Formats: sequence, C-alpha cells, structure tokens
Amino acid sequence: MRYLPLTTEDRRAMLAKIGAPDVDALFRDVPKSALAPLSVFDLPDTQGELEVERALSKLAARNVAAGAAPFFCGAGAYKHHVPSAVDHLIQRSEFLTSYTPYQPEIAQGTLQYLFEFQTQVALLTGMDVANASLYDGSTATAEAVLMAQRITKRGKTILSGGLHPHYAETVETVASLAGVVSRAPVTPGSAEDIIALIDEETACVVVQSPDVFGLIRNLRPIADAAHAKGALLIAVVTEIVSLGLLEPPGAQGADIVAAEGQSIGNGLNFGGPYVGLFATREKFLRQMPGRLCGETVDAEGRRGYVLTLSTREQHIRREKATSNICTNSGLCCLAFTIHLSLLGEEGLTRLARINHAKASALAGKLAALPGVELVTDAFFNEFTIKLPKPAAPVVEALAAKGVIAGVPVSRLLPRGFDNLLILAATETNTDDDFAALIDALKGVI
Amino acid sequence: MSMNNQGRPSGAGEAFPASIATISGDRGLDHEESLIFELDHGAVGVDLPDVKVGDDRLGGLRRKGKVGLPGLSEPEVIRHYVRLSRMNYAIDSGLYPLGSCTMKHNPRLNEKMARLPGFGDLHPLAPQSTTQGALELISQLMNWLTGLTGMPAVAMSPKAGAHGELCGLLAIRAAIAARGEDRKRILVPESAHGTNPATAAFAGFTVDEVPAKPNGHVDADALKAKLGPDVAAIMLTNPNTCGLFEGEVIEIAKAVHEAGAYFYCDGANFNAIAGKVRPGDLGIDAMHINLHKTFSTPHGGGGPGAGPVVLSERLAAYAPIPLLVADGKGLRLIEDMAAAPDGAKPFGRMCAFHGQMGMFTRALTYMLSHGRDGVRQASEDAVLSANYILASLKDVMSAPFGDGPCMHEALFDDSFLDGTGVTTLDFAKAMIDEGYHPMTMYFPLVVHGAMLIEPTESESKASLDRFIHVLHTLATEARAKKTERFAGAPHLAPRRRLDETAAARKPVLRWKPDPLKQAAE
Repeated sequence: MRYLPLTTEDRRAMLAKIGAPDVDALFRDVPKSALAPLSVFDLPDTQGELEVERALSKLAARNVAAGAAPFFCGAGAYKHHVPSAVDHLIQRSEFLTSYTPYQPEIAQGTLQYLFEFQTQVALLTGMDVANASLYDGSTATAEAVLMAQRITKRGKTILSGGLHPHYAETVETVASLAGVVSRAPVTPGSAEDIIALIDEETACVVVQSPDVFGLIRNLRPIADAAHAKGALLIAVVTEIVSLGLLEPPGAQGADIVAAEGQSIGNGLNFGGPYVGLFATREKFLRQMPGRLCGETVDAEGRRGYVLTLSTREQHIRREKATSNICTNSGLCCLAFTIHLSLLGEEGLTRLARINHAKASALAGKLAALPGVELVTDAFFNEFTIKLPKPAAPVVEALAAKGVIAGVPVSRLLPRGFDNLLILAATETNTDDDFAALIDALKGVI
Repeated sequence: MSMNNQGRPSGAGEAFPASIATISGDRGLDHEESLIFELDHGAVGVDLPDVKVGDDRLGGLRRKGKVGLPGLSEPEVIRHYVRLSRMNYAIDSGLYPLGSCTMKHNPRLNEKMARLPGFGDLHPLAPQSTTQGALELISQLMNWLTGLTGMPAVAMSPKAGAHGELCGLLAIRAAIAARGEDRKRILVPESAHGTNPATAAFAGFTVDEVPAKPNGHVDADALKAKLGPDVAAIMLTNPNTCGLFEGEVIEIAKAVHEAGAYFYCDGANFNAIAGKVRPGDLGIDAMHINLHKTFSTPHGGGGPGAGPVVLSERLAAYAPIPLLVADGKGLRLIEDMAAAPDGAKPFGRMCAFHGQMGMFTRALTYMLSHGRDGVRQASEDAVLSANYILASLKDVMSAPFGDGPCMHEALFDDSFLDGTGVTTLDFAKAMIDEGYHPMTMYFPLVVHGAMLIEPTESESKASLDRFIHVLHTLATEARAKKTERFAGAPHLAPRRRLDETAAARKPVLRWKPDPLKQAAE
C-alpha cells in the first residue's frame, strides 16, 4: 500500500523489540468476539491511483458543474471567480498539513493569517472584533443566538421571515433547547413588521440582509427597536461580497454579525466546507464562541501571535465553555484572506459593483418577459421573480436544456411560494448566459 | 580557502557568528514578515473593469465609508503568504506526534479529486437531476462508514467532531422524548476530550463525571453505580484518551441499555481499530467519525473537518435532515422535515445544505485507495508504531499504565522529570529545537504532566528510530540534570516562547491603522 512506509521486515523487527508474537497481541484488550476478520467487511480491496482517479472522475462527470452551463443559483452559496494564486497557496504543505496552532513558536504562519483574517472580517462587517471562524454561516447564526441568550439572560429569539430557511432550521434545532424561537411571517420582496414582535423577553432578533429573496433590508430601525427593549440585533449576511457595495451591519447598529464567507476564496463544493464569519462588539468579547488569535511578544520581545482567551473554550472550560467547537474552518479562512488581499479595497469595490450591475441587467431582462414579475426591487446580486407557473418544474425543464436557472423557493419553503424563483448573477455570468436563460425560459413559460 | 576557476570562493567559509545581527533582520531562509495591512501601497491584485452603478436598486443603503483593506499586487500577496507558510511546522515536513489529533499523511490524490469541477464547482441547490454523481459519492461513503462500523445508519451533515457529538446527543434527546421520558444526566469519564462535556451542556444535559481507575481505564463499576432513571447517555471514548482499549465496553453497553440509556462513543480514536473492530459489535448507539483524523482529510491549520455520525437501529429514525433516499429516478435528498419518509422522525437540521462534501470526496478517495485491507493495515501499523515507541522509551520516560500494550498512542507522565526542574512544557519545547512538533501535553487530565504521543501509520521505521533516539537522549539528559537544552526552549524556532498571559490580559485581536497616519490622510 503506497501510503504505508513499514515493510514486512520492519514490522517483524518492531514486534521483536516490543516482545509481542504478532500484531493481534497488541489488541489483547479487545474482547475476542469483537475482533473481526477481514472477511466481515463487505468492502473493496486496495486500488492504485489510476483506478481510484478513474472511479471518482466517473462520478464527477455525472454532475453539471456551475462553470459548465449558464448558471444562476445562489440562495446562500455563490459562484465567483477565485484567482489562481489562492488555491495554489492554500495547498502549500505548511498550511494544508499543519494542525491547530497550539505550539505558537512553530505555527506563526497560521496564527498571523488568522490575525489578518480577524481584522478583515471586522473591517468588512464594521464590527470591533471577529473570531478565527466557525463552520459556516448557518452554524455561526446559531452560535450568535446562543451568545445573545447568554448576554441577555433571556430565552426568546425572533427570526426574520427573510432568513434563509436552512439557517432558521439550524437555529431552531439548537436554540429551542433552552428557549423559544419564533419565525416572523415570510413576505418575499418586502420587509415584515418584525419590530412589532420585539418585547421585554426577547433576547435577539435575527435579520438577514440581503435576505434569502435578495432584498436589501434596512437594519437601523430594527436595531434601535431591539435596543430599546434590551434585545440584541444579529445581522446575517450570506453573500459577503455585498459588503463591498452596501453599508455594513456594524454601521447599522448590529450587535453580532454572523456571515457566510464562501463567496470569497472558496468554491461551491456542493455545500461545504465553507467558512463562518463571526464578529461582534468589544464589550461582548468574552461571550464569543470559537478561537481567537491575539498579538503578543516572545521572550526576545519580537511581535508574535497566539491563540488567546481560551478560558472560554471547551478544552479548558469543558461543560462551562461558550461553545463546544474545536476544529473550525482554518484553511477556508486562509483562502478567504488571500482572495481578499488580492482584491484589496479597489478590487472588492469593483467586484461588488460588477455583481450588482450584472444582476440589475438580468432583472431588467426577466421583468420584460410576459407573465414574469420582479418581486425584489432593492437587491445586490440576487433577486426573486414570480413566474406564471410553478418554478421547480421550470427549473428542471431548463436543466434539461442545459441552463441552471436558479433556486425555486419551493426547495427551501415547500409550501405557499411555488411560483417564486431566486436567481443570482455574478461577475462570472456573460451576456451569452443571459441570452441562453431568456431563450430557454421563453420556451417553457 | 579554495577558489573555482572564476576566482569565486567555493569553500564552505567561516561560520557566521549567531550573535551578529543581520542588516535586514532576516536570517538566510528565515524571513520576518509584516502584516498584510502594513504592506499596503494602493496596488491591486486583480484586474476588474470599473463599472459604475446607480443607487436606484440599493434601497438607500450604499456603503458610505471605505472598508479599509490594503492594496497589493499578486506577486506581493504570493510572497507574503509563502513567507508566512515557512513559519509553520507540517506533517509533510516532519513527524507530528500530536496524540488524539492523528496527524497522518494527506495523499494528494484526495486533493485532486476534491477539485474536479463536478465536485468542487457544484452548487448545493442545483437541480438534483444535475447532481446525481455527488449524491452517489455520498451514498458510497455512507456504505463505507456503515460497513466499517457495523452500524445501520449514518448522518452525514455534521461539520466536525464536536458537531457530530451534538448531532448524536440531539438524536438521543429526541429518542428519549419520543419515549415520553425526561432524562437530563450524561455520564462522561474524566479522561474525556473537552468537547464531550461541552457538547453535553450545549445540548441541554448536565454532566456527571466518572472517575478513571489507576490503570487508565474507566471505572466500570463506578459508571454502573451512577446509572439511573435520569441518565440519558454515557459518552465514552474508545480507544480512550489514555491510548487504551476499554475492554469492558460490551458489559458497559449492556448495563447502559438495561438502565434505559444510550451509549455515545467519541470516535476520535477510531483510527486505531478501523478494519479490525466494528463499533456496532460493541453495543454503541452513536459515534462520530472525524474524517480529518481517521480518513486523512487535511487538518489545514485547524479545519475544515467533517464529523458524520453512525447510528444504531434505536436512533436511526431521529437522524437530522437532509436525508438521502433512493427512488425510481435515482438518488434524492429530502430537505424538508415534513417530507420525511415513513418512520423517519428527524430531530432537526445541523447546518445549511448537506455537510462537508469537499471532505467526503477526500475521505472516499482515501478509502478506495486503501481498501478494506489497507484500512486494516493502517490501523495495525499505527498501533504497532505506538507500541514500538512505548517499548523503546519506557526505560527512561515513565509510562503510567505499566507494561501492557497501548493502542495507537503512547502515554507518558512527568514522574521521570521529578527533581530535575524540567517540566513537561520544557521537555516538549526542547523537541522543537530538535526539529519535531511536540506531542500532546497535559492531556488527558487524569495523568500528571501527560505527554501523549501518536506516531500514526505514516512513519517509516527509520523515522521512528530517529525520533526515539532524540527523545531517549532528551530524557536521559534531563534525568542527569543536564538542563541547558530545556531552559527557555525553543531557541531555534521562528519565535521563542510567547507571552500568552499578556495576550489574554490586554487582548489585541486585530490590526488597527496608525491613528497619526490616519489623521494625516
């Protein structure tokens, strides 16, 4: 087996040194009845690189990659161009094959990029501090709700109807254990009256902007109303590129920002791994979940970085920790940080404007089709349209024609919104993509 | 000094005195590197057109201020991150004996497969007719995981080990609620990973610690005595964090089930027994599998991982959405709780979408490469290598649990350092100067000054022998009170010991612009 360096002779010599007759003698604590012969495992035997690559490539070929078709899916995961340097750099052995930086003297590479990542996330979101990532946007949102419950010592959470339904379900799964989670009405294309739902028992209000239908939401009035009742505003962002063009949640009064960072540096990967961004106000620092990297000096006075405030974390605090998270999204943070460094201020601003221009152009073309109605009038790179018939079969029919037309709302909210379709347009879409979509759509509706 | 024929000196020359400071501050291949923000000079590393957009569709929320990101060209960004990378230790550059963390070889075929456009560039909500290959890959991986564990079901969406623990405990919680019972207590051995009690608390349970016996095994009698009508589950790591197989596991499982509770197994150490022992044969109800440990998806400096959870017949119905089912048209994801098939009672959803697909691709590639025979051989080699280290070092280092074999980790305590003035920390940091990453220190908590060494199956005998020689010599010197190597170690790393107390007392968690420079602008 090509990955196993020990030879039969090595194994014999090592057993002799140990004084064991055979390797099974080392498994002597395992009950005899539980030591399984190889034949118990109904699985294939070892294969060479060539054979494995052939098998996996065959599976991959049965999927339609986003880059292989006119493609308009968003709803929490976005197709963007990632510069070649990003994937090259994250595959350097020293990044790819290192562990969590528990030995800072020989992990300054990881620690410094985490410090840069935390700074970038704080700058983008307009917040004071950010952690070194959580798993993804949805789990970051759930952690934000739990943090708000700890800070306010209240149990009630109000989720905006515009929050991505997968995020809402993720929050409900964990936050309902110790509290009450309620969802505001779903009102595609307009803001629900969430302020009326906030009361003295409310720990937090969770509002996504742009929301799952693409609508840009004004957070300031919600923040003010929440604060007036002693509740926190958690702002959720699933398309982080939007913050290159839009006012950041930190400037609109958000107390915690939970976001998905996939759009910068990370591929679609059929849903994961992604990177959860988590930022908050300085005063809530010690209630944050996840790892934090901080600056310090070494014994010779040189600047260096360490994991810090770990008394919040499970390996120190055990059942009193702020979260159970251990492994996070290290390498996805690195991809995010490198891509954002390549973009810089000017690149991010331009990228965001291109995205908005593309989506605006597409929205105009679609709204001009008979029977099609634009539902979202203020959006970044994603919007919702209403078709004259159910969207899911339309999307399947278009897929058969080689166009991936977007995400039918019924895939996320199975009841009541059958004719709605969410479409995203990014810098990767061309005029030919638009023409192909419009043509194909004309033939189906 | 010898010369070549152009008059250029070609001899080795004199040694450069270590005490002389270099002009640049760098030393040969070791470069100091500023923060990316300090390298800003208004350049740009991408070429994008300058498109103007109006305000009419922005809801009055156009950004007013700058983000504050630095501007650099591509070569500068590449150099910055390459220089940072060179300050890191990695499994590709040396033995990485972190017990419990399983730093084994990361095959590059796995990376290549995960980047095939059909997997890497696939949207999670693309029409399911266009993602059948991905669903088939998940289905094959599920078959491997259930096959290797002898368990009937697996939940694929948890994103890391601790997330898998949460998934398992939420399934247990749902199963208990379905029985109309209210059980709030979870038994956790004191040797457990910190994630176990943290997860139990996270899932709304109270934690009751079970002591370890002096031989490093869980005290099964104490455990059984704690069982009662309010106990929801036990969380047991097997092999345990002392590197020992819990031989009484089957009797423990029986007692737990008789008390109406469930058996959660922390599968962090599954890599010792994969292909040898099926957890399903031990009476386990739920176990997460760290794909980033046993199945070698790279640790990436702290993630991403993946933590699928295998479930027993008693818990399978409660697996979270999404569920993967086969019907006449192929494979299909059920993403809606209300659409769950007959008998399924999902407890909820762990995360958006369907889990860590990028890790699934790598893990399946690993499994297909190894095959069942290679997986078994890897486990045997991991256990053999750990025992070889234990046998070779126990004359100078102190093994707290006697002469018996260990599993895939060799555990030592610090009693061999008694009276030397050298601590476990000093000993570990001295390893850095010798070119090694330290072992796991001060864990498990049940052993004083613990040093937990996990060599994995990826080391050659020559590599193990060299490592043993270094540790043997360090231990011998420490015991002879030759302590100069240890005081203040490491001396030769990119940084000396860092002041963690100062970092925590006045946290600096981000770069901020120099206020004077900002004011001038």
